[in-house]
Amino acid sequence: MGQTLFDKIWDSHVVTKVDGGPSVLYIDRHLVHEVTSPQAFASLDRRGIKVFRPEKTVATPDHNVPTVNQDKPIQDQLSRMQVNKLAENTERHGIRHYGLNHPYQGIVHVIGPELGLTQPGMTIVCGDSHTSTHGAFGSVAFGIGTSEVEMVLATQCIMQPKPKTMRISINGELKKGVIAKDIILFIISKISASGGTGYFVEYAGSAIRNLSMEGRMTVCNMSIEMGARGGMIAPDETTFSYIKGRDFAPKGTEWDEKLKYWKTLYSDKNAVFDMELEYDAAGIEPMITYGTNPGMGVPVTGKIPTMESVEESSRNSFTKSMKYMGFEPGTPMIGKEVNYVFVGSCTNGRIEDLRIFANYVRGKKKADNIVAWIVPGSRQVEKQAKEEGIDKILQEAGFELRQPGCSACLAMNDDKIPEGLYAVSTTNRNFEGRQGPGSRTMLASPLTAAAAALTGKVTDPRYFL
Amino acid sequence: MAIEKFSILKSRCVPLPVENVDTDQIIPARFLKATTREGFGENLFRDWRYNKQNQPVKEFVLNNPRYQGNILVAGKNFGSGSSREHAAWAIVDYGFRVVVSSFFADIFKNNALNNGLLPVQISASFLAGLFKAVDENPDTELEVDLEKQTLTMLTTGELEKFEINEYKKECLMKGYDDIGYLLSIKDKIEKFEMERHHS
Repeated sequence: MGQTLFDKIWDSHVVTKVDGGPSVLYIDRHLVHEVTSPQAFASLDRRGIKVFRPEKTVATPDHNVPTVNQDKPIQDQLSRMQVNKLAENTERHGIRHYGLNHPYQGIVHVIGPELGLTQPGMTIVCGDSHTSTHGAFGSVAFGIGTSEVEMVLATQCIMQPKPKTMRISINGELKKGVIAKDIILFIISKISASGGTGYFVEYAGSAIRNLSMEGRMTVCNMSIEMGARGGMIAPDETTFSYIKGRDFAPKGTEWDEKLKYWKTLYSDKNAVFDMELEYDAAGIEPMITYGTNPGMGVPVTGKIPTMESVEESSRNSFTKSMKYMGFEPGTPMIGKEVNYVFVGSCTNGRIEDLRIFANYVRGKKKADNIVAWIVPGSRQVEKQAKEEGIDKILQEAGFELRQPGCSACLAMNDDKIPEGLYAVSTTNRNFEGRQGPGSRTMLASPLTAAAAALTGKVTDPRYFL
Repeated sequence: MAIEKFSILKSRCVPLPVENVDTDQIIPARFLKATTREGFGENLFRDWRYNKQNQPVKEFVLNNPRYQGNILVAGKNFGSGSSREHAAWAIVDYGFRVVVSSFFADIFKNNALNNGLLPVQISASFLAGLFKAVDENPDTELEVDLEKQTLTMLTTGELEKFEINEYKKECLMKGYDDIGYLLSIKDKIEKFEMERHHS
């Protein structure tokens, strides 16, 4: 029997397996940010242990950082302390650290790929559930807790039960106005916010193959939102040409050797998955969420489900969600009020996302009732956007490009959606209070966000295409 | 660092019949700015537990004196979303030792086990029965027996077995943590690195 892509990588990283228990998995790349690491470093220090392989870990602050005035000290005292703690901890242990104002700083899941730190065949972990993003390069990448961050720092290994495998194939051509974000919101709406629990997902099929690396990252990024341990896509020419020449990409003969290995990374023809799903790309519409988990999505031209169509055991939770959002079951999404538009995050904060948004709003004007925050995913994305003149296009249309960070995706900095107001957000989670206490989030693609920013309400992005 | 040992727990429980309770609800992001593990219990379920004026929300179960105990019983897909271990810390710090649900998110389950918090996964029908029993009688006592892997409603004697892998079970019963094990096999890890390097 053939092997799946996941099995090939996982199996080659198993140091040993505990009887009746988890595998000891060796980690090639460990990414660290300021929020989920301080307790791990403190615990290491209490045990009197040094970091085992400091060269395999890279750190950057992203969750807490302001998106304006990054050259000045962070105003929020707790945020400043946490960001400073990361600098101290990494310096003491000899770990590479890209602090605020470093040209490589940014959201961990944006900088890993853009620096060439993320490569096919690797195991990659980070104390952050969206680590699944890196799976777009054909790596086994997933989020871990702080105890596990400590394990990686101490031993370069973690203990994990091997997940089951699932393949989701999307074949055919995407319709106009439908992009990567719509694919993943569509999948999650089909299989629910828990449908992937226990599985590692491989995305396949012609519609996935045709995506850019940025698009593939968006898809893999949200794997966790269906409960999956991670998501991945077999590497191909698109992957290789993206990596080639980046700062930490292999060079010279090492490149040739790595490339030879990377080309073996695919699921064998006769590989068997524990679950297989297939969807027609042409059946996917621009998507938007209406509720308080990412599985609660519909086509932007669709309606919120009626109470009768919801399973009886889930009606309490559905009612709670509708009350929180201030929505009536059975009503259309088009035309719903929007107050804020947020473009950014590890889901949609890459250069391609900014290009999509800028192209759409070029020569038009932001609606007066909209507050918009456009936040690049990294310093490098910010720099490139400026080189391409994206900042000017945005400015002319009434938008402003801010400085990089996680920002309003989880509102740990000052970028919070006020209570009761509605945001169309290109992020990954519409949980209660996610974007600030009482905030109401509708997840969508950068195109749909752009359409909402121009009209001030939920709008079919194809209207302006 | 060792975790607290677990064998048998007899306790009343706190019912939270909500599905997809994500870790942003368990501990909102604005409370993640601490650099220690302590004190998160104070803000457990913060935005469901307190209103804007920081007054307790009477209807929320943690503020209802009828419900007490060290066992939290929640709807399916508990602990979804963010990988923040602060969620497990908050639940433990508040005083819970067990969370019962019909379904747990993967990362949360690992985080719970790494902190001596036992996730007990039971069938949807047993969970529904449990919610009903506790609703009718808040004094319903439960027994969680890790050795036997059973959850029993002591009032009626109804019980269900739950799964846990042998290794994690032993860790919890003896109070061992994973890092102790990993440090003990460091020579194996180094050997693995050498062999990989030469292959």
